[in-house]
Amino acid sequence: MLVLITYDVNVTTDLGKSRLRRVAKQCVNYGQRVQNSVFECLVDPTQFAELKHRLESIVDPNTDSLRYYFLGSNWKNRVEHFGAKVGYDPEGVLML
Amino acid sequence: MRRLLNTLYVTLPDAYLACDGENVLVKVDNEIRFRVPVHNLEGIVCFGFAGASPKLMYLCCERGVALSFLNEYGKFMGRITGNVSGNVLLRRTQYRWADDKEISVRLSRRFIAAKIINSRAVLHRALRDHGKVVDNKALEYAMACLARMPERLEKALDGNTVRGIEGEAAHLYFSNFNQLIVSQKDGFPIFGRNRRPPTDRVNALLSFLYTLLSHEVAAALESVGLDPQVGFLHRDRPGRQSLALDVMEELRPHFADRLAVTLINRNQISEAGFVVKENGAVIMSDETRKEVLTSWQKRKQEEITHPYLEEKIPLGLVPYVQALLLARHLRGDLEDYPPFFWK
Repeated sequence: MLVLITYDVNVTTDLGKSRLRRVAKQCVNYGQRVQNSVFECLVDPTQFAELKHRLESIVDPNTDSLRYYFLGSNWKNRVEHFGAKVGYDPEGVLML
Repeated sequence: MRRLLNTLYVTLPDAYLACDGENVLVKVDNEIRFRVPVHNLEGIVCFGFAGASPKLMYLCCERGVALSFLNEYGKFMGRITGNVSGNVLLRRTQYRWADDKEISVRLSRRFIAAKIINSRAVLHRALRDHGKVVDNKALEYAMACLARMPERLEKALDGNTVRGIEGEAAHLYFSNFNQLIVSQKDGFPIFGRNRRPPTDRVNALLSFLYTLLSHEVAAALESVGLDPQVGFLHRDRPGRQSLALDVMEELRPHFADRLAVTLINRNQISEAGFVVKENGAVIMSDETRKEVLTSWQKRKQEEITHPYLEEKIPLGLVPYVQALLLARHLRGDLEDYPPFFWK
């Protein structure tokens, strides 16, 4: 299934900046960055649970937020892109 | 059913593969060209490459991603594999059975019977689709001969007889192969199979597709815990993936031959996309290879209903399913091995 993950991390403190970096790093591990602080992750339910757990143990719920959008396995007709930064299709042909 | 994951093909000659956390990186001149999480992949295939970092190899071993190296012409050079996985009892049974002449012959007959039936289906398809342009008589004759062979095969008592019938079937099939090509007939002549090196374009294409298929079959066998090197029909030889070749026999017609014919008939590849060397060897150009790989990947995602499991699966999982069925037969859960038939 494809999960869209977006986050807002409060960066007014140094600790906040470090949280932001750590959140981004975890997201990169599981999916592709489609925009700043927006990630598309193609994961199975186990992997998602893992990712969710990791992210939620990093953020501070009083100042930061995370949002998950579940696009399911039939996500291709639910996503449209316009403009720069075209991503790749993780289920398509990967050839370089 | 297991999910079919993606395969990453790297055809840039100066690409360096590295890893960052859980990501596979493709770098060119130290600049990151591509980044993909390793859990989206099931294999990485590199063609004539600059290098891969040991850390990436480590990651691939850990996650069971098959990392294969092919030279720029698509010849298999090697593969990185982790611990031998799976059940030692299963592998022991495999070795014992491979030593047992009777069982080896029985399994060989299964592989070859399926190959012959599937080859016949490919010819049949040509007759049905292009009945007006092909030589109906020759095809019907070949099909009738092929149809009789499984019966003879059932009576074969040793490996050499099985190999003999296989050779006969292959000769009959490939001598009719040029009939399947209905467009670009002049650019793609083929009269029989040849290799090392292939001396015509169709043979070059077939050899390349067979290499891709063997990579997937070997990885599938390994993932269910079988040893791809110990075969029943193909005997042991250092460096040869005998069992992979065995299981591949039944998949060749539908996976590779049909795809080759389709690529030519739909004009997806052209005569100009091949280079003829001084010694008569024919190799593909980079663009042709990319086109073939793209179609191969798309083909693997097509859904079919598996004839034995009666379950809808992507075509790319068929090698895995066959490996699984073979393992079940070795464990004694299945009376006999059901090969892959395609109508």
